[in-house]
Amino acid sequence: MWPWLLLTPGLLWLLGLYVLPLLGLVPLSLSEPLSRFGLDTVFRGRVANYTEVLQAYGPILVRSFSFATIATAAGLVLAYPLAFAIRFRGGRWQPLLIGLVVLPSLSSFLVRAIAWTSLLGDNGPVLALVQSLGLTDGLNGLGVLRDGRLLNTPAAVIIGLTNNLLPFLVLPLVVAMQRIDPRLLEAAADLHAGPLRSFARVVWPLSLPGLGAGLLLSLIPAAGDVVNPRFLGGPNDRMIANAIENLLLVQLQAPRAAALTLVLMALITVAVVLQLRGRGLQELPLP
Amino acid sequence: MARASASTVRMAARGPLRHPRSGSSARSVIGGHLGGQAIARQWPDLLPRVLTEPATLNGSEVADRPGVAEAIALRQVSRRFGELAGVEALSLSIAAGEFFSLLGPSGCGKTTTLRLIAGFERPQSGRILLQGHDLTDAPPHRRPVNLVFQNYALFPHLSVWDNVAFGPRSQRLAEAEIRQRVGQTLKVVRLAELARRRPHQLSGGQQQRVALARALVNAPAALLLDEPLAALDPDLRRTMRTELKRIQREVGITFLLVTHDREEALSLSDRLAVLHGGRLEQVGSPRELYDRPRSAVVATFLGAANLLPEGFGGGVRLLRPERLRLSANPPEAGERGLRARVRELAFQGATVEVRLSGENDLPLIAIDTTAHLPDHLRVGEELWCRWDPADSHLLEAPSP
Repeated sequence: MWPWLLLTPGLLWLLGLYVLPLLGLVPLSLSEPLSRFGLDTVFRGRVANYTEVLQAYGPILVRSFSFATIATAAGLVLAYPLAFAIRFRGGRWQPLLIGLVVLPSLSSFLVRAIAWTSLLGDNGPVLALVQSLGLTDGLNGLGVLRDGRLLNTPAAVIIGLTNNLLPFLVLPLVVAMQRIDPRLLEAAADLHAGPLRSFARVVWPLSLPGLGAGLLLSLIPAAGDVVNPRFLGGPNDRMIANAIENLLLVQLQAPRAAALTLVLMALITVAVVLQLRGRGLQELPLP
Repeated sequence: MARASASTVRMAARGPLRHPRSGSSARSVIGGHLGGQAIARQWPDLLPRVLTEPATLNGSEVADRPGVAEAIALRQVSRRFGELAGVEALSLSIAAGEFFSLLGPSGCGKTTTLRLIAGFERPQSGRILLQGHDLTDAPPHRRPVNLVFQNYALFPHLSVWDNVAFGPRSQRLAEAEIRQRVGQTLKVVRLAELARRRPHQLSGGQQQRVALARALVNAPAALLLDEPLAALDPDLRRTMRTELKRIQREVGITFLLVTHDREEALSLSDRLAVLHGGRLEQVGSPRELYDRPRSAVVATFLGAANLLPEGFGGGVRLLRPERLRLSANPPEAGERGLRARVRELAFQGATVEVRLSGENDLPLIAIDTTAHLPDHLRVGEELWCRWDPADSHLLEAPSP
């Protein structure tokens, strides 16, 4: 009995500050604003809120998940080799290297987004490098650059997102790889597997739980990001969280904002359930 | 010999490791062929050279036996670590089909030796030959040996079958041959019914068998075993010891066992080597090493020993405790004897272990069957320890 009691503070916290407000969104999402100039609403059972926001914001929803997916994929390409190197080549530097991965997260995400505006700006180092390599035209053609600029493009938003989610990919991967007994690699080599085969048959399958956890931990925040599209993207690169913010604070349409929020939550819940199905939570090597 | 030359070409192209991908050799090694023949079928490009170039080791036992191929040879191999147990100028020669043990206390360098042969360590000097090929610089996956790890190191995400099939698949054998080999090897280790299980669903003894099968299925030139029984409880260890011997007889593959358990080494080995401080103390049959050890180190490591000072030269004579007879009567003609006082009696069922002290507090130990000992024996009693001088053995004086 006792151990369960220890859960009470956490459960109360979740209940009071998360579950109840969330449930409160349900009646709100079925309401109507009382006037055009206030946030007061009245419950009308208005299901049309949902169809309206889906119609109006469907493309932005798709864009949000596309950006998040591309950023997660790019992050994975960076994070997997990094995690592998930290785990199997890091030696005694391992804690330091993990610290360096986490270090950027210690600064505010706002500060990071603003830092990226100067890095990706017209006079920034990234464009200077692109120009000196003569890649400007090619990247223009690919749609990465817009008229030779990087800021206010989808590419800039994705770069910012990738930067934010990198630690959430690296840490679960390192944890999963730390569970791989190095003797398994010796055993693979002893059984005539070269380095590539050892990787494909031993390291990769045993790192999959970390990969699953990392994908969840990065895809969800990335899909709901507000800051990167606002600072790094143009008016056509807004993501779903920007739309919700706009609905609530600019258009004063709290019921539609609530409806759109619940749609986003539902989509994310589907993603989580798909990930966890067949794989117990206990297999998630959360950091 | 057209086939042999074809595989020689292949060998030149891909290094000595690969099995020839031949359907006609599909009849597995595991089925009960013996030693050289079995290996010859799997490694046809290797064996002839081994036979035509017999080992030339200083005082090598294998070289003394014409026609016996050498599976493993170490020549003056040294590997030093900062603080860890290394090996120093180690030379060994292990014949094909032999059950050979490396015995020594922890830190004697026996595991290092095994890792050198498997390729996980590189020697600083000296050469390592496997089936006559110098493979000192070959990476582990290109060596025709397989290791049974101390804690098995089974792949947790693979079934028993897939664990065993790992090696053959790495060597890209034909699917039909892989199936046949894995099936047959699992039968040899008596695990055929558990092929679908994952390692964590198996008992320690079953995991041990999987580890064995996973290595054996590759028909290695030598199977290396690193303290394979250490993790098992005593009863199981005894069962698996018998199993190991049976499996080795059945498959006829060279076994190189590393252990600190002298009973294990004595009961299993055709020959064994005692390592001490990274150096080879002595090589020989279990009987030789037990009865006629060269040094006190070997004598005491292989069993309880009475070390009797020999006259003036400072020599030491070994007398095994079971050679000592306790009696009230003085030695008869042709026998030697000492007066000693019983200090301790330990009844062990079939045998009794008696600790005594002789003149100048010389510690003595006698082990006899309960049936042979005088009934009235008790602590404090003084009696005669008698032995036949032919049963004792003079040790070599330790070199300065």
